[in-house]
Amino acid sequence: MSVFVRRSDPHILAAVAALLIWAGAAMADAPKRVVSINLCTDQLAMMLAAPGQLVSVSYLARDRRSSAMADLAEGYPVNRGLAEDVFLLKPDLVLTGDHTTPATVAMLERLGVRVERFSLATDFDQIADRLRQMGRALGREAMGAAAAARFEADVAGLQSDAGQRMARRAALYYANGYTSGDDTLAGHILAAAGLANIASELGMPAGGSLALETLVMAGPDALITAERFEGHSRSEDILNHGVLRRVAESAARSTTNANWVCGTPHVLSAIEGLRE
Amino acid sequence: MTPRALFTSLSVLLVGLFCASLLIGPAGLGIGESLTALIAGEDDPLALVMQEIRLPRAILGALIGVSLGLAGAAMQGYLRNPLAEPGLIGVSGSAALGAVLALQTGVAASFALALPLSGLAGAVIGVLLILMLAGPRGSSMTLILAGIAISALAGALTALVLNLSPNPFATSEIVFWMMGSLADRSMSHVWLAGPIMLVGWGMISLTARTLDALTLGEDATSALGLSLTATRLWLVLGVAASVGAATSVAGAIGFVGLVVPHLMRPLVGARPARLLWASALGGASMVLAADIAVRLVLPDRDLKLGVLMALVGAPLFLHLIYKTRREFA
Repeated sequence: MSVFVRRSDPHILAAVAALLIWAGAAMADAPKRVVSINLCTDQLAMMLAAPGQLVSVSYLARDRRSSAMADLAEGYPVNRGLAEDVFLLKPDLVLTGDHTTPATVAMLERLGVRVERFSLATDFDQIADRLRQMGRALGREAMGAAAAARFEADVAGLQSDAGQRMARRAALYYANGYTSGDDTLAGHILAAAGLANIASELGMPAGGSLALETLVMAGPDALITAERFEGHSRSEDILNHGVLRRVAESAARSTTNANWVCGTPHVLSAIEGLRE
Repeated sequence: MTPRALFTSLSVLLVGLFCASLLIGPAGLGIGESLTALIAGEDDPLALVMQEIRLPRAILGALIGVSLGLAGAAMQGYLRNPLAEPGLIGVSGSAALGAVLALQTGVAASFALALPLSGLAGAVIGVLLILMLAGPRGSSMTLILAGIAISALAGALTALVLNLSPNPFATSEIVFWMMGSLADRSMSHVWLAGPIMLVGWGMISLTARTLDALTLGEDATSALGLSLTATRLWLVLGVAASVGAATSVAGAIGFVGLVVPHLMRPLVGARPARLLWASALGGASMVLAADIAVRLVLPDRDLKLGVLMALVGAPLFLHLIYKTRREFA
């Protein structure tokens, strides 16, 4: 950080001194052994942590279907997010999502481990906020702020030409006939790619169950389904239903991937993917 | 009621419920346009909804109802025990286990009929265990105890297999396999399970004469020149084929085989052979009615068919237990 100060201004001088003291304290405070037990904090931490600072990520971070940084995660030991196996890593900071099992978090806090929670990011502003929060938590505030600023600039660049194409209507359709509305991360990815979401036409801003026949009657121009997991499930059977294949004959079909899962700068790749 | 009048009224009821099943759904379509789209429509959304979503659901409902009603009536006739029911005595549960194993190991994808045949194999094991444990003419008590044991074991193994699946959705589907649902089934499921169910019906109908004779006792049956061994074979295979195929596409729907023969028995004058076709038609109507109710009561929630059937069936089951208690008193 470079700051030019005129000698004659005591206020600014005091401010700079305070900042330096604070920064020094932050450096001393910066956690040395950080463990992440949530897929999304895994990725934010891998982006921002200093070498050697992050000692473990969750096992999901290596799963190509949900993690956009699976290759990088191969370089970290993985944990299963159980209080016992996390505690044995002797962390001074544990990163969790807001849906992490409350019992695990309570147990770690009782054992005196600092736990930092990251809420789910559902829009682009929140993604930038999470980057800054992660920077602060890791004692690398400048890096977090820089990543957030870069992401905000990229989003602004993408959105400037998104408006014109909103005429095309897309349907998001997942296992169990679930759909995401405009107020979700997937909804914002659609909008940024210039697609209108049929869930909002049907009055479901947060998403919910969309009956197969309601979907067919809505007649979307694009059908975006989820990638299938290994093994069989009846929940995903619906994605193989003959009627979806028939709908896809007259609509563009694409699938979501790991870039859609977490609120990280990887959503930019999801948007790029949709535009093509 | 004469058999002819009974047959006519049951058929009219079935056709009515089948049409109602086609006309009720979340999309809220008009009656005239729906039926036109069903018969003449091509490629427009309305025709897709009618032909690919509602028609298979209604057909499967009817086929599964026939299978379960028929299997219940045949087992009750053969065991001469009003409590014999595929769901209750673990045949549906073991069929579900067979189907789940086939799906999770990938066997189901290996050849066309692998899934219903695995359900059939599971059901054969279930029926054979019941016949072995409870024996022909076993008391209600042994039959129910054997049934509880087999249901519990099959249920636990099904849950285990689903828990071990790498698929994150599989665990939440334990409910489906134990309760059954017709939601979002497609024509491919009809083609998969339909033929095997039909074969099963054929085998069960071969047992009709012997079942009638059995009301006079086993000696009288043999004296009439009817083979009990052959009957047992057709019964086991027939019940397993119809219940196994039905369960492998729609999960274990309980109580149909208990409730329907019980309702039909007074109408057919306690003739087991006549009870077979009456229960088949009645079973189809009952499953269709339950599936319509599921869509009307909680349209967005995929309320399980088995939940509704249990709500109707359990009180009747208690009534039967109460009646049979007197046998032991």
